[in-house]
Amino acid sequence: MGKRCGISGGFFPLFTWPFYVWVAASSGGAVAQTAPSWADSGRLLATGGVSQVEGQAGGGLVPWAVIAGYGTRDAVGGTAHGTEIRTSNYNLWTAGAAVGLFNRIELSYTHQVFDTGAAGRRLGLGTGYTFVQEIAGAKVRLAGDVIYGPAWMPQISLGGQYKFNNRGPILHAIGAKSDKGADLYISATKLWLQESLIVNATIRLTRANETGVLGFGGDRDNTYHPQFETSIARMLGPDFAIGAEYRTKPSNLKFSRESDWWDIFIAFFPSKNVAASLAYVNLGTIAGRKEQHGAQISGQIGF
Amino acid sequence: MLQHSIARSALVLLLTCSAGAPGRASEAELFNQLGGLPGIQALVDGTLRHSLDDPRIKASFDDTNIDRLKGLLTSQFCALSGGPCIYKGRTMLASHAALGIKARQMDALVEDMQLAMAEQHIPFPTQNRLLALLAPMRDEVVSQ
Repeated sequence: MGKRCGISGGFFPLFTWPFYVWVAASSGGAVAQTAPSWADSGRLLATGGVSQVEGQAGGGLVPWAVIAGYGTRDAVGGTAHGTEIRTSNYNLWTAGAAVGLFNRIELSYTHQVFDTGAAGRRLGLGTGYTFVQEIAGAKVRLAGDVIYGPAWMPQISLGGQYKFNNRGPILHAIGAKSDKGADLYISATKLWLQESLIVNATIRLTRANETGVLGFGGDRDNTYHPQFETSIARMLGPDFAIGAEYRTKPSNLKFSRESDWWDIFIAFFPSKNVAASLAYVNLGTIAGRKEQHGAQISGQIGF
Repeated sequence: MLQHSIARSALVLLLTCSAGAPGRASEAELFNQLGGLPGIQALVDGTLRHSLDDPRIKASFDDTNIDRLKGLLTSQFCALSGGPCIYKGRTMLASHAALGIKARQMDALVEDMQLAMAEQHIPFPTQNRLLALLAPMRDEVVSQ
């Protein structure tokens, strides 16, 4: 089993652990009816999104303008999530929590393990070499509402992610300039009821390499460039959506080109206390290994 | 390459599915899709039945003449959906200003309405097209 076991395989084998989340959640469907007013779980189903790869409320890869959980402007909400992305050569495991304050501010903390698996040996790092990244996130809703108000007015939020990686010396060896960095973005999200369509656009300033698991800045480019990220999803029912996402990325390192990411996902919202998503992700070239595509699976509990 | 064409196909599917153009004709169409006036009456009845039984909001209706409210909501939904009705009630702002409605109560009412629409087997996209006409009024209903 090797050293990977304790990080991913041991606790949550791919494709089995969301089942337990599902079972656990099916007993909590009616909580909204009896919730205390400070945690009202008042907002409409699916308006908290799911947990994106960096632990903020959004789609699978892209942060949205929505605030985590289901608290209204008079209440708080929160989520905890686990996500696994498994591609041809790598595995990324993520766990984190977020709180939403008065449908205005979202604070999140996420722990990420990037497991290079057998590719680690080819990179000279050793089989199963892992990079661990911590992400502290904040988001503030500036204007609008994802559902209410004029159809042309989306919910608009300003967000940030402060990230630090535990592998400074290795990151410098592969050409990264720093083991920590900050992303700043603005997102606009609308659930366009007329067509049951969720549309999100995000512009992010970043110099993170592969979201930061390979450090920040590089020997090829060390400056911030705006990146564009978008999600489009169709609600097929009150508790079920399908969608696609695209996320452009910088390419700062000489040793390996970095690719844009995209995915096709389905998301389930069986109650306000649980959400799950399953995606096909295509992450292109990562650390010299081409055609990194595979599955992303994520489960979330919350209120 | 294969993956890119899958992504492109998915995107095309998502976009073409949404190509139904909104407009005058589709508004009258919505009235018909809701089952005309009888359908809307049943929808309003169902919504208020759930709301009056909903611990989150039933107290908001303590001083409300329910029959009058049903009539007003029916004519409002009928007019909004393109039906042959004229809404003669007060504006949303005037009729809700004194009530101190909270955001969570508005959401609860929408959930009760979704429940009633589902019970009437109104298709989900149609439900949302009606909600789309009501969603812009939220800030007139909820006290700031």
